[in-house]
Amino acid sequence: MATRQTQLLARSLLTPAVGLLFIWMIVPLALTLYFSTLHYSLLDPGSESFVGLENFRYFLTDPAFLASLQNTLVLVGSVLALTILLGIPLALLMDQPVIGRNFVRLMVIAPFFVMPTVSALVWKNLLMHPVSGLFAWLAQLVGLTPVDWFNDVPLFAVILIVTWQWLPFATLILLTALQSLDEEQKEAAEMDGASAVSTFIYITLPHLARPITVVILIETIFLLTVFAEIYVTTGGGPGLSTTNIAFLIYSQALIQFDVGSASAGGLVAVVIANIVAFFLVRIVGRNLEA
Amino acid sequence: MGQITLQGVQKSFGPVHIIKGADLEIADGSFVVFVGPSGCGKTTLLRLIAGLEDVSGGKILIDGKNVVDTPPAKRGLSMVFQSYALYPHMSVRGNIGFGLKMAGLSKDETNRKVEAAAATLNLTPYLDRKPRELSGGQRQRVAIGRAIVREPKAFLFDEPLSNLDAALRVQMRIEVTRLQKQLGTTAIYVTHDQVEAMTMADKIVVLNGGKIEQYGSPLDLYEKPANLFVAGFIGSPKMNFVTGENALQRGAATIGVRPEHLKIERDGAGGWQGTIAVAEHLGSDTFLYVDAGPVGMLTARYIGELSLHAGDHVSLLPDPARIHRFDQSGNALRH
Repeated sequence: MATRQTQLLARSLLTPAVGLLFIWMIVPLALTLYFSTLHYSLLDPGSESFVGLENFRYFLTDPAFLASLQNTLVLVGSVLALTILLGIPLALLMDQPVIGRNFVRLMVIAPFFVMPTVSALVWKNLLMHPVSGLFAWLAQLVGLTPVDWFNDVPLFAVILIVTWQWLPFATLILLTALQSLDEEQKEAAEMDGASAVSTFIYITLPHLARPITVVILIETIFLLTVFAEIYVTTGGGPGLSTTNIAFLIYSQALIQFDVGSASAGGLVAVVIANIVAFFLVRIVGRNLEA
Repeated sequence: MGQITLQGVQKSFGPVHIIKGADLEIADGSFVVFVGPSGCGKTTLLRLIAGLEDVSGGKILIDGKNVVDTPPAKRGLSMVFQSYALYPHMSVRGNIGFGLKMAGLSKDETNRKVEAAAATLNLTPYLDRKPRELSGGQRQRVAIGRAIVREPKAFLFDEPLSNLDAALRVQMRIEVTRLQKQLGTTAIYVTHDQVEAMTMADKIVVLNGGKIEQYGSPLDLYEKPANLFVAGFIGSPKMNFVTGENALQRGAATIGVRPEHLKIERDGAGGWQGTIAVAEHLGSDTFLYVDAGPVGMLTARYIGELSLHAGDHVSLLPDPARIHRFDQSGNALRH
């Protein structure tokens, strides 16, 4: 039992860590809040003045905002769907006892360790380049016109790159879940006359419900803030076709040098992330309850 | 019908021979228990019959038909697993009915059969619960329900009671035996607990090191063990084995006497003399562990209470009609 003294000791020992974390969080938040109410342009230093909610009005009524919101949602949704739909069969394959399984696992996990900027460069210059890329070469080999990925289907190209990066994560989580599936349960289903497909639908898939939830929640957090892949490949373009919220905020701050509007955008992004989180927890969070 | 015959069944995992040729006839409707120490191959043998493992050699006949190439579901057997292996996200109804659903039965038919099985096992109030909301004994009954609902040719039980506490185990033991008699379905039951084997079985198969040591009724095994291993394995406390002079006098390499066949005399002159090392008083029985000098440690059992204590001197007289004699290689010598 914790006595009053040990409680006091625990609290006083926790205080420095909690305090540091609190400062870590509150200072940027407070500064962002403060900047969002200022007219603050880096092109015009020294002219900062209080403008109230003008920055928010400007950011929210900017046509780029709705476009980038839509891009963000399409990007997150597509990558989630692709990583899970591809991750499940991949995990099932990797769960099979094949020769060199450990090596295969290592190879499948590898993309996760490649830095986003590096993988974006590799995709942009080695794979998707319309002249010298591997895909262009393959297309020409079978007599097709090479696709100019970042001009013709820019958002899809970005989705492909991000999916490639996050597929290992989904696969890995699902694979560990598959390995924790009780062997006797599968055997019981086999005795009950279930085919491989029925076993998958009635035994394996329900067992994966929880890890799928985990994948969705964690990936969403990171996918809402995808930036490096867009910066390196398309720079948000052509036009606004690959600009997501994170990139829009960047362009406000460091292309248009409007710190006030970017801060307002950052706060809007916080609200959007919370709205998404709220719905996610409502929809898929039930699976996390024991 | 559920007659199961094994002919020279062998199983090896790589270079390791787990089952070294098993021949067995299991009559329809009988309750057969596979018993043996851990690693003796009893579970492997059960899984071979179930079809969860492929045989390396030999034949398995169910009602005269060789099933070694038949998938598990087509063999018409059902199995109760040690961990119960219930489907955690399905209700009790879903669990019991899963096999029927897979067999393509209509919803009404499935429900009718599930409810009948649940009624047999007193599970009706729990039909809509999930396995995690049930106690150990109830889960066990769901696992049995899943087995009986398919009206199989035979039940296979893989140490189903080992996860239950002692009191529940005794109760489930009786329930399983009664259910099997009531349904008249062949049952094969694997256990390492010889008390379970003795109490439940019509016939016991004693396995050791992948070999069938003896196959017979519980009392057969108790009264006429075929070899030293069976003699030592069946019966609790263990049979006393005496070698040397005493055995040679009776024309054997080893003689065995069960603790209950030793007559205990205070300060007697005949028999084996010794001092009590430990005395266990259970009320219904008294177990004496006697240090009998050159003969070795002997265990004696007295039915009822006997007021003897550690340090007391006793003599133990074996019942001459119940002495088991074994030759050099451990096989029983018949009179």
